[in-house]
Amino acid sequence: MRLHPETTAAFRRGLFDGVLPPGVTAGDPSEAGTRFAVYRNNVLHSLTEALRTRFPTVETLVGPEFFAAMARVFIENNPPKTPLLHDYGAGFPGFLRRFPPLRHLPYLPDVARIERLRGLAYHAADAAPLPPERLALALTGSRGVALHPSVHLLNVSSPAVSIWRAHHGGPQGPFTQRPEQALIARDSDLRVIVVPLEPSSLAFCEALQDGRAFVAALAAARLGTPGFEPAPTLALLLSSGLIVERTAP
Amino acid sequence: MSLPASTGIGFKPEHFDALIAWPDKPGFIEVHAENYMGAGGAPHRMLERLRADMALSIHGVGLSIGGPGRLDGDHLARLRALCDRYQPDSFSEHLAWSSHGGDFLNDLLPVPYTPETLATVCAHIDEVQDRLGRRLLLENPSTYVLFEQSCIPEVDFLREIVARTGCGLLLDVNNVFVTCTNHRTDPRAYLAGFPLAAVGEIHLGGHAEESLPSGPLLIDAHGTPVADPVWTLYAEVLALAGPMPSLIEWDNDVPDLPVLLAEAGRAQGLINKVVRHALAS
Repeated sequence: MRLHPETTAAFRRGLFDGVLPPGVTAGDPSEAGTRFAVYRNNVLHSLTEALRTRFPTVETLVGPEFFAAMARVFIENNPPKTPLLHDYGAGFPGFLRRFPPLRHLPYLPDVARIERLRGLAYHAADAAPLPPERLALALTGSRGVALHPSVHLLNVSSPAVSIWRAHHGGPQGPFTQRPEQALIARDSDLRVIVVPLEPSSLAFCEALQDGRAFVAALAAARLGTPGFEPAPTLALLLSSGLIVERTAP
Repeated sequence: MSLPASTGIGFKPEHFDALIAWPDKPGFIEVHAENYMGAGGAPHRMLERLRADMALSIHGVGLSIGGPGRLDGDHLARLRALCDRYQPDSFSEHLAWSSHGGDFLNDLLPVPYTPETLATVCAHIDEVQDRLGRRLLLENPSTYVLFEQSCIPEVDFLREIVARTGCGLLLDVNNVFVTCTNHRTDPRAYLAGFPLAAVGEIHLGGHAEESLPSGPLLIDAHGTPVADPVWTLYAEVLALAGPMPSLIEWDNDVPDLPVLLAEAGRAQGLINKVVRHALAS
């Protein structure tokens, strides 16, 4: 008799290559293929939906048919490794970068990175903002602060941040071909924000995220931009609740 | 630890605000375990708030209990942490497999019913109940194919699992209708053999219909209202088993909350009828 590991292995292969697994049948065995196709369709459709949900702007940019076709190639070569579908698609931006039919859309992988980081920010761990009375001390001290676990600092070589924002209520272009920076995080109302940053501001945030003291972060930002003023960046971090207690020593 | 013998709804985040404001809350909500396994953020904030007001069923869709080999220990640990945190009134999973060779396939795939798979499934359920420190309810599947090697009827397979592991069952009445229709068998005969005493929850959901040369092929799609024949079977189950915690599942093309609650209200009406009947006799 066919043993279970063998049955499931053939079934698993058939889901993607379409070959009816041996032993799969129906009351009318001639219908087995059509019936097996329900599982094939469920797997492919549900995983395509999972990617669609996580990369909606990518879908808008390439259109739903193209998205479904390339999602299929991605899914067949990169099925999820855990049942945590909110984390599915870590490799999707890299896949898009290597996907030959997309060579004419160099910003698309960067848009996918933004959407990937938005997903990570949405599900990141919680952390309480630093109480205002502790903030002054934390900023003047040598210990540094911490940024909220949802904060991701993005540096891309395409205008992907502007393009992404244009699809979410931002200015509609024209887009200049130049590197862009952004902060992606979850604010105190649990909304995920994508905020464009100047390179100096990015350097400042990166230094804070690395746990460096405020003065050191300021110095890092002023290395590239001598006139850097931290107030607007600090205001953004504070108003969104992104400066949190530093837990590690 | 059990769900109230009333009706619940599958919780969808888009209903959160409306549900919090709704004066007449459903008896319980059910969530898919895997949707609450992120570290933090809105999903946990919502679930904490809802948990404070309502009974909770946590329903796993990713443990692959019907697969060969070992269960995913990391996933068991995540389920344990989730149950410890939210103390659900019920935890359920499926008689199905969904992972293979480290890949998660995101569908409830069918299990042949043989002495070998019976032993595997029972060992997996023992492990789940042991690791979670709680009783599992196992859900009967919707299936579209049969296996040549299957030699145990599904109901007997489920009954034997209950006898060997002490687990309970989640009776999905729509799945009974879908599976029996698809395999041209009688859902009433299926239910007549079903170990109703082990049932801790009932599921009701909508299905889609396609057609094959031999007759209909029903798909467990959860994107429409519960079909009339399923309501009839449900009423028959209640008449036999008495009031049961009953959940409306609607996962695709999700309607506004009032539509979902109206479906739950219809189920509640049938439960109330059984209660009145019991009181009158």
